[in-house]
Amino acid sequence: MERQITCINCPVGCRLQVTLENGQVTRVEGQSCKRGETYAMQECTAPARMVTAAVPVQGRTTPVSVKTRTPIPKEQIFPCMRQLATLRLTAPVRMGDVVLSNVCGTGVDVIATKTVE
Amino acid sequence: MKKIIVIGGGVIGCAVARELSRYEAEIILLEGGVDVAEGASKANSAIVHAGFDAKPGTMKAKLNVEGVKMYPRLCAEVGAPYGQPGAMVLAFTPEERPTIEKLYEQGIQNGVEQLRIIERDEILALEPNTNPDVECALLAPTSGLTCPYELTYALADHAAVNGVNFVMNARVNGIRKDGEGFVLATEKGEMHAELVVNCAGMGSGELHNQLSSRKVRLIPRKGEYYLLDHELPLLFTRTMFQCPSKMGKGVLVSPTLHGNTILGPTAEDIDDATDVSTTREALALVNERSRMTWPGLTLRNVITTFAGIRAHEENGDFIIGAVEGCPGAYETVGVESPGLSSAPAIAEMLAGQIAGENALPLKPEWKPAPVRKKPFYAMSLEERVEAVKEDANYGALVCRCEQVTEAEIRAAIRRPVGATTIDGVKRRTRAGMGRCQGGFCSPRVLEILAEELGIDPTQVTKGGGKSNLLVSTIAQAMGKEDA
Amino acid sequence: MLSNELSEQVQSVDVLVVGAGPAGMAAAIAAREAGVESLLVLEREAHMGGILRQCIHNGFGLHRFKEELTGPEYAQRDIDRVNELGIEVRCGTTVLSIDENRFVTAISKEKGVQLFQAGAIVLAMGCRERPRGALGTPGTRCAGVYSAGTAQKFVNLEGYMPGKRVVILGSGDIGLIMARRMTLQGAKVLACVEIMPYSGGLNRNIVQCLEDYDIPLLLSHTVVDIQGKDRLSGVTVAKVDEKRNPIPGTEQHFDCDTLLLSVGLIPENELTRQAGVTMSATTQGAVVDDRLQTSREGIFACGNVLHVHDLVDFVSAESFRAGRAAADYVQGKNREGRYVSMQDGNGVRGVVPQQLLVPEGEAEPVQVMFRPAGVYENATVVVRDGDQEILRRRKRIFTPGEMAELTLKPDMIRSIEGDTVTVEIIV
Repeated sequence: MERQITCINCPVGCRLQVTLENGQVTRVEGQSCKRGETYAMQECTAPARMVTAAVPVQGRTTPVSVKTRTPIPKEQIFPCMRQLATLRLTAPVRMGDVVLSNVCGTGVDVIATKTVE
Repeated sequence: MKKIIVIGGGVIGCAVARELSRYEAEIILLEGGVDVAEGASKANSAIVHAGFDAKPGTMKAKLNVEGVKMYPRLCAEVGAPYGQPGAMVLAFTPEERPTIEKLYEQGIQNGVEQLRIIERDEILALEPNTNPDVECALLAPTSGLTCPYELTYALADHAAVNGVNFVMNARVNGIRKDGEGFVLATEKGEMHAELVVNCAGMGSGELHNQLSSRKVRLIPRKGEYYLLDHELPLLFTRTMFQCPSKMGKGVLVSPTLHGNTILGPTAEDIDDATDVSTTREALALVNERSRMTWPGLTLRNVITTFAGIRAHEENGDFIIGAVEGCPGAYETVGVESPGLSSAPAIAEMLAGQIAGENALPLKPEWKPAPVRKKPFYAMSLEERVEAVKEDANYGALVCRCEQVTEAEIRAAIRRPVGATTIDGVKRRTRAGMGRCQGGFCSPRVLEILAEELGIDPTQVTKGGGKSNLLVSTIAQAMGKEDA
Repeated sequence: MLSNELSEQVQSVDVLVVGAGPAGMAAAIAAREAGVESLLVLEREAHMGGILRQCIHNGFGLHRFKEELTGPEYAQRDIDRVNELGIEVRCGTTVLSIDENRFVTAISKEKGVQLFQAGAIVLAMGCRERPRGALGTPGTRCAGVYSAGTAQKFVNLEGYMPGKRVVILGSGDIGLIMARRMTLQGAKVLACVEIMPYSGGLNRNIVQCLEDYDIPLLLSHTVVDIQGKDRLSGVTVAKVDEKRNPIPGTEQHFDCDTLLLSVGLIPENELTRQAGVTMSATTQGAVVDDRLQTSREGIFACGNVLHVHDLVDFVSAESFRAGRAAADYVQGKNREGRYVSMQDGNGVRGVVPQQLLVPEGEAEPVQVMFRPAGVYENATVVVRDGDQEILRRRKRIFTPGEMAELTLKPDMIRSIEGDTVTVEIIV
């Protein structure tokens, strides 16, 4: 299988042609440096993203901002948002507090990135 | 006590209501929009015309010249801005000179004072940024400026403190004579009155035709404008007209009383009287025509573009007075330019007629207009020190571009005819009028509006109707399925 | 002239910083660390942190902290340091005027009108977004048209959604970030429309904010009409030619209730102009020397009010330098030497600083920043003193979306003989 992706390591934005066989990257073309290949490997086999969101705090108009402590698998972004929607946070929430542990079974915690007193 | 309904809360309706409030009567003003000054009164050139344009002998000529004379005192009385920078009408070719001469003659006949025809050297000495190819000009020192919506708000407030009841969102869809009085079908239900005054602007033709057998036809005429930031130093101190055509006074370049420069309008007859959209073609035309007057024009300082609708009556004159064959009904129909300039005279004349014909007694006491504080941006340092001591909310700058404080925004909402929308606050205080166009201040203005009006922030609108700024809380939005 | 009563209220301050966003905080921290005791920061918002407070996405701090932070987290590090150093910050305080003699008036709810005579001033007011009006886009003036940053504030700080079906005009980073934010928080983003043939945003944002969510990026397109009586009901988008004029017949319609604008940032320099500072038409910020001093002695500028940056890390770095320079100025550490001007050459726009001191004694390295005027691959940036090349550096790519940076070493500066230094890009 062939896939076209854009390398995000620098502003050049090389268009990479990635050949995949049985889910494994067998060939990467189009990169102008070594980082392109590494990125293609990661992005085509286990793409991951940090998720950030604004989450309501009960009884407050100001939401709390949160992030996954580390990137989570890309396909878990929307499930993660859905799970965040079920949260019933109450103030105070402090920067660094875990608001949701092991989101969607990824093993990654969601933590607050601001303080709402 | 006679019950009078004034239909329409534009500058004319509000001026008429204010004049009527001198007399013993129960007065209701019905406005179709969410606020007063929502139609032609919010989007025009803001010029108080000297009065040389109108054909001698017409209503327009008479009321314009009378109106202009009333302006300085009226604005001082109600607390509206007024200035008299003068105007010029420019001719660029020898062929246009007769037009200038004709305007001069007309002006003299209409009773306009201080008119002069001046030549190139004098034009360039007075207004050095004028196109040097100019041939000659009519100089009209009595031409003035106001701010049409601020004037309307001030008139409305003054009417309100003298008992006029303002009802917004009450468009009048139909009107008929019923015995001695009238029945009005409005968005707020059926209403009755003994006397009606139709000041419905673009809608006044339709109402007239329901009351009178002599039909009129109003044509919506759209004008589009550019507004330039006051960061740009004023390049013209006077209103600079070009020679008029049959479609109106042509494109002008003029200062505003707030130090902005306004360019426009175009004049296009359209079908939809509610269509205030701007178009690429018309704006290009404004740009091109303005360059005739001001070759150094730059659009880099444009902060906004807008369009306004004028109600042009087929025969070209105002129709003002009692509705023929319909006792108890009065009207102001086809009030296009110079309508703003004529407003004080129209109101005085019409209210006098109504009072006379219906034997309305004068009230023993007519309250003065509420006194409003000077805007913060215009205060001296000492005045600012005092203002913030009196009200700490003067210490919170909400609009950075125009230096509008929280105190002024709250005051605008609490005025007798107060702001209920973001646009209403904007036009009363100038918050959001500046170069960022509300980018920074609109969230805070929205919050203050919600607080003052006791409504949820999602209910706050830009300009009434369904113009809500926010659609839901994030909690509500997140509760839904994947987008 | 001030009345006697008011004159008595004038407070004297060695270094006064206007703004407590990332630039102002860094400048204040640097000034205090350089030994300035009499130091005051004025911030118009209720909190420190500036625009970072609403930038809840990640991607900040990679250069400065070598880790990836969200905006509020990045800001908190500076806030903590400001507090640790005991720097006085007056929030909710708006500066109303600054004059050329560094007399400052400000106002707040708590303290009313405040008057200051500052030894040095650091301007750090940031920038604002270009509004719709400045674009002259025809159409109605309905609700539902917001600058991207305003929408970001509604969602991230106030907890409200400004719309459900969104088109984004402009592919600047804030626009891209908001495409993802609106999508994640439950809205549908239909397209991102960019008038240029390339995006002004980072590749990373195009991939992770648009491609991840299948949001089309329409390059060489623009919005030609805005429809809707009360609330926005739709926009018409058309392709544009090389001169950026819409091509008739290429129109397509989008039903949407929201149009977000991400069409450029403008340094917010009203106060700077009041102070009589010479401005640059290119950067729309002050003209500064290598110590970030403006044409008015003792008035310094840094961060987005000086020139719009892409990365907050560079804002902080620049502002630390401005804070130190302001400290040096009030401590009387003056430099002697001769000024040369730095100019934009081919392919270069908005070199900062525009003035460079060739000192009589020791020189310090100088950071030079500029924006490439176009996209140049495998190009070389050259710094020239007349015919003399003083620096040459090759780069894989230059794009307008990424500020370019280079350092002039002390020996290079000392070697300058002429009175004009030019920075240019050679393809």
